[in-house]
Amino acid sequence: MSFGLSFWVSLIAVLALILVAWVGVEGAKLNFLFGAIIPYVAIAIFVVGMIYRILKWASIPLPFRIPTTTGQQKSLPWIKQNKIENPSTALGAAIRMVFEVLLFRSLFRNMRTELRPGPRLSFASAKWLWLAALAFHYSFLIILIRHLRLFIEPVPSPVKFLEMIDSFFQVWVPLVYITDLMLIGAVTYLLLRRVFIPQMRYISLPSDYFPLFLILGIGITGGLMRYFYKVNVVGIKELTMGLINFSPKIPEGIGVLFYIHLFLVSTLFAYFPFSKLMHMAGVFLSPTRNIANNNRAKRHINPWNYPVKVHTYEEYEDDYREFMKDAGLPLEKED
Amino acid sequence: MHEEWKTLFDPSSPKQVPLVRKFFDGWKVTIGLIVFLGISILPFLFDLGKAAPPPPEPKIDTPEIQKMVEKKCIEPKSFMKTEHMVMLDDWRDWYVREGRSIYTATDGKQYNISLSNTCMKCHSNKKKFCDECHNYAAVTPYCWDCHIEPKEEG
Repeated sequence: MSFGLSFWVSLIAVLALILVAWVGVEGAKLNFLFGAIIPYVAIAIFVVGMIYRILKWASIPLPFRIPTTTGQQKSLPWIKQNKIENPSTALGAAIRMVFEVLLFRSLFRNMRTELRPGPRLSFASAKWLWLAALAFHYSFLIILIRHLRLFIEPVPSPVKFLEMIDSFFQVWVPLVYITDLMLIGAVTYLLLRRVFIPQMRYISLPSDYFPLFLILGIGITGGLMRYFYKVNVVGIKELTMGLINFSPKIPEGIGVLFYIHLFLVSTLFAYFPFSKLMHMAGVFLSPTRNIANNNRAKRHINPWNYPVKVHTYEEYEDDYREFMKDAGLPLEKED
Repeated sequence: MHEEWKTLFDPSSPKQVPLVRKFFDGWKVTIGLIVFLGISILPFLFDLGKAAPPPPEPKIDTPEIQKMVEKKCIEPKSFMKTEHMVMLDDWRDWYVREGRSIYTATDGKQYNISLSNTCMKCHSNKKKFCDECHNYAAVTPYCWDCHIEPKEEG
């Protein structure tokens, strides 16, 4: 799909979602559908879909080990092994996974390759992707945890503490959350890099742009609700507490912006198991990362292997013993 | 190709039903799934078996408000409900940084810019008026970092 089509189709899809929620709540007054039914359905699709995809992946056999080897492998005793980048034990592989999952180690290795006049091929370190990804994921996590204030009553102190740290600078009223700015900034960067870097633009598809626009939409509607066009937070908490207690209740006068935000979030949850966002589970199941490089030290049998009919030398000798004896050939077993 | 393995990769084969397949690294995947499920239903677990808590009802039945003929705040209720924090922030900046001490409301009436003497004169019930909603929504305003918190019974 061409750049234009991929980009615009995704943008229009997200705008259409916003319009659907707007018309559905403002026009058709379907508050219960958008405030209760759709969120429940979305969460159900998310949980069941995630488990289904994980089980499907778990049922795929690993024919041979393919760990990436990004350091010195275990070799002769006087050659120093890189135990994390090229693990030979399960523990090493586990540590490598921790680095991958929590610190995005493989993005840190990202390189920029350029053909310069000369012609000369040059490689340079490119850390922006890593930095933006880290900022984006951790901001999203903190924002997600912060939202627990709407789902638990009384609000647990760790959630309050996180909120206090997040609004540490006490700028503006309501206090600006650092993670709000970081999330929108990082997502914008991740989007623009697909638009402006020619190689990225060439390989980007609607499945790349759509989640970015969707998350950007969620961030922007969330920010608008908090800082500009304020909604009835007490009403929202009544609604969310109703959802979490399975006694949904739709208070009046919450504001359409909230329903748009909720509809985009529901879309994200429902879309999750069908999308590239499944890397949340997939990162744990990456065979290039999560297994030790002991391919030659240990014997690994391909689970696909079907029983092969073998004919051992002993059996061969039994078959031709007489002829071999007559021909004067040496035998393993004289009878 | 062996029959067994042909069927494994043939979508039309009846053996391609995911739930009857063999799982690899079963116990590790199971632990992962349990962790995922646990995190997903964590908010539900917190509220399990409890009824939804009643929403807060800020009280305006203070003696000062009872005395008023027309019970209304300095700006309309809908504005105060969503924008009171912005107004208080403006008031602070005007009073502390610009030295302005008079606020002219949209209906032309003038008020002293003062949280303790103007707002809290009527809304003397901080616990039942301010804290009721702030606690429910887990908002911690920093008014009382500088201002002296009004003394209240209970």
